[in-house]
Amino acid sequence: MAKDIIKVALIGNPNTGKTSVFNQLTGLHQQVGNYPGITVEKKIGYCKLSEKTKAIILDLPGTYSLNASSIDENVVIELLMNKKDDNFPDVVVVVTEVENLKRNLLLFTQIKDLEIPTILVINMSDRMKLKGIELDIPFLENQLKTKIALVSSRKNIGNNKIKELILNYETLSTEPCLNASSIDSDYFDKLRKTFPNQLVYKLWLVITQDVNFLNLDRNEMKSSFTKSHADLKRLQQKETIKRYQFINDTLKIGQKIDQSKASDIRAKLDRVLTHRIFGYVIFFLILFGIFQSIFVWSSYPMDLIDSCFANLASYTKKHLPAGEFTNLISEGIIPGIGGILIFIPQIAFLFLFISILEESGYMSRVVFLMDKIMRRYGLSGKSVVPLISGTACAIPAIMGARNIENWKERLITILVTPFITCSARLPVYAILIALIIPQKKVLGFISLQGLTLMVLYLLGFGMAFFSAYILNKILKISSKSYFVVEMPSYKIPLFKNLAINVLEKTKAFVFGAGKIILALSIILWFLGSHGPDKDFKNAEKIVEQEVYSSLTPINPSVISDRVSEYKLEHSYIGYIGKSIEPVIKPLGYDWKIGIAVVSSFAAREVFVGTLATIYSVGSHSDEEATIKNRMEAEINPVGIKIFNFATGISLLLFYAFAMQCVSTLAIVKKETNSWKWPIIQLVFMSGFAYLTALLAYQFLK
Amino acid sequence: MQTSIAELKIGQKGIICDFNIEEIPLKLLEMGCLPGNSIQLIQVAPFGCPLYFVVNDSHVAIRLETAKEISVVIETAN
Repeated sequence: MAKDIIKVALIGNPNTGKTSVFNQLTGLHQQVGNYPGITVEKKIGYCKLSEKTKAIILDLPGTYSLNASSIDENVVIELLMNKKDDNFPDVVVVVTEVENLKRNLLLFTQIKDLEIPTILVINMSDRMKLKGIELDIPFLENQLKTKIALVSSRKNIGNNKIKELILNYETLSTEPCLNASSIDSDYFDKLRKTFPNQLVYKLWLVITQDVNFLNLDRNEMKSSFTKSHADLKRLQQKETIKRYQFINDTLKIGQKIDQSKASDIRAKLDRVLTHRIFGYVIFFLILFGIFQSIFVWSSYPMDLIDSCFANLASYTKKHLPAGEFTNLISEGIIPGIGGILIFIPQIAFLFLFISILEESGYMSRVVFLMDKIMRRYGLSGKSVVPLISGTACAIPAIMGARNIENWKERLITILVTPFITCSARLPVYAILIALIIPQKKVLGFISLQGLTLMVLYLLGFGMAFFSAYILNKILKISSKSYFVVEMPSYKIPLFKNLAINVLEKTKAFVFGAGKIILALSIILWFLGSHGPDKDFKNAEKIVEQEVYSSLTPINPSVISDRVSEYKLEHSYIGYIGKSIEPVIKPLGYDWKIGIAVVSSFAAREVFVGTLATIYSVGSHSDEEATIKNRMEAEINPVGIKIFNFATGISLLLFYAFAMQCVSTLAIVKKETNSWKWPIIQLVFMSGFAYLTALLAYQFLK
Repeated sequence: MQTSIAELKIGQKGIICDFNIEEIPLKLLEMGCLPGNSIQLIQVAPFGCPLYFVVNDSHVAIRLETAKEISVVIETAN
């Protein structure tokens, strides 16, 4: 009897092209979610096997074995242990690659011990000829008690074979390849007798690590079968040796390698890319190139999105019947959505570059080069990736810190990443710099404004490293530093993988952070366009009276601006701004800037939009210039410009250091599993920001 | 001659003979860093750490303190 739906779990070592196989099988029929309670990505795809049958494929996180050392790897074991899980697979597909077959088979033999039907996929078959590798497939199938699909996901070869094997999974043997329990027969026999209905290997996994399994009381079990940590590890070593013996014996006959053909491009490239001088030069050139192209290339689509939404907003305002609903759409929702979409180009480009670096295998070399330097600051070589990603958005960056094994290093990375200048700070910086820094050139060719922007970026990095250094001294967490980084062979990235990766990451950002930004824009719009008392309702009359009673003639077009300004002052948000004025006055801000700063605590980029609302810019054309002109014209009661040099610098410093992003706090809470760290981040970063802004203003005014 | 793999010169090979099991991550064992296997030092990062080895066809970088816990017998012929 054939099932309609077959549940498949895709498992494999990192760098075996598991994700490529997944992408080839499922194409764009993918869904990305999270496992309940943790932020590990859960990727599910669909694939049609025959007229009647469909496969649901779960792409599990890459792992070297069933002995987990991270939450990602834990997901794999938890799933395979729990037959009652909704996602428990009918059949497991283990993806391996031709060049690392020996090591990849270790995981395969472990999964076979769980007695689940298992298919072996040997990927990258297109490299066999180049590497002089020959495989005796029937022999291997016989020894490993499985069916093998020899595929090349790069060349799109072998997909149908995988599908065919999945379809006929019921014919697969569920017998283990070897008897691993012979490493300590007495111990395992005792285990077998105590729990006659359970697989010994499952019990062994429960004893050696933190996995939940049925309703077995782990503590009870551990106490009766406990061994010292070192003894357990010695047994695990024995187990590993035993498995390798079996694998070596199998491959001795099943695999032939012509050593003379082992052309080693990897060794040659490594000699240059990890060189103590050239290595760094190349890395910094690549970084420089990435930042250059992100800012240059993404400025075109960003301008386009900006003007599109501005036009759309004024169009809806003109063509929909006037009223609350139209205002909500044209002043709340449309600018809100625009505020999210504007970040897509930068984020997409950054993720494109990062996935190119990762797919090609170069990123591991960067980790290798940077580790020692980063460790002085309590970080790990693996912190490089989050810190670079942080220039786009702290949210995916903090999630990227997950593969740092050492908890202290990971925690410090998570805590300092929000200091990195993210793309949300950029519009704030841009408008403030334009206001307070003259358009001059230094040394004839360096723009002073550009230089200021660069200093702000460096300030972000500097602050991240400085606080990491302090945290490293303060935090008393001793966790063993296990640093094991595989240096994969170099590969040309596959376009399909890049595209899907960029699409997913961008989508995650839009729907994750986007929701908050949109909700906030709507709330802001409401607070700004409604007031608690009659001053707000009667704004038109009050302003008109003022205008008529004044002696100097006033341009009628100014009246409407005056009205909206008056309305704002007497709206909810106006009162909020006024109530916090005493706190922000020492920093050089008035109540209007106060509103913008407060609303920025949901997301920084709201600053510019809020100022646009506050300074009641009527026409949306050439928006930035108009806001800029309005801001420039603002004066305080004494007649001094509001946005003077001191206020501007104070604001820049405040935005550089303050923790103003609800989404980041939420992700830190998730990743650290406690409210302690996000609260510490919020208090310390914002406190520090307040202090520096205060000093800067008081010193410069 | 017996020494730790941290003492190898770039390009030099040795046979792993022993290690301090409590200080070695299991992941490294699973990658094939086991007694009897040949290990070669490929590259050392600036400031002496991490070290990049090939063992059991695995290309892997580890930190100096881990490398010091793994003893090898150096193959004189190579």
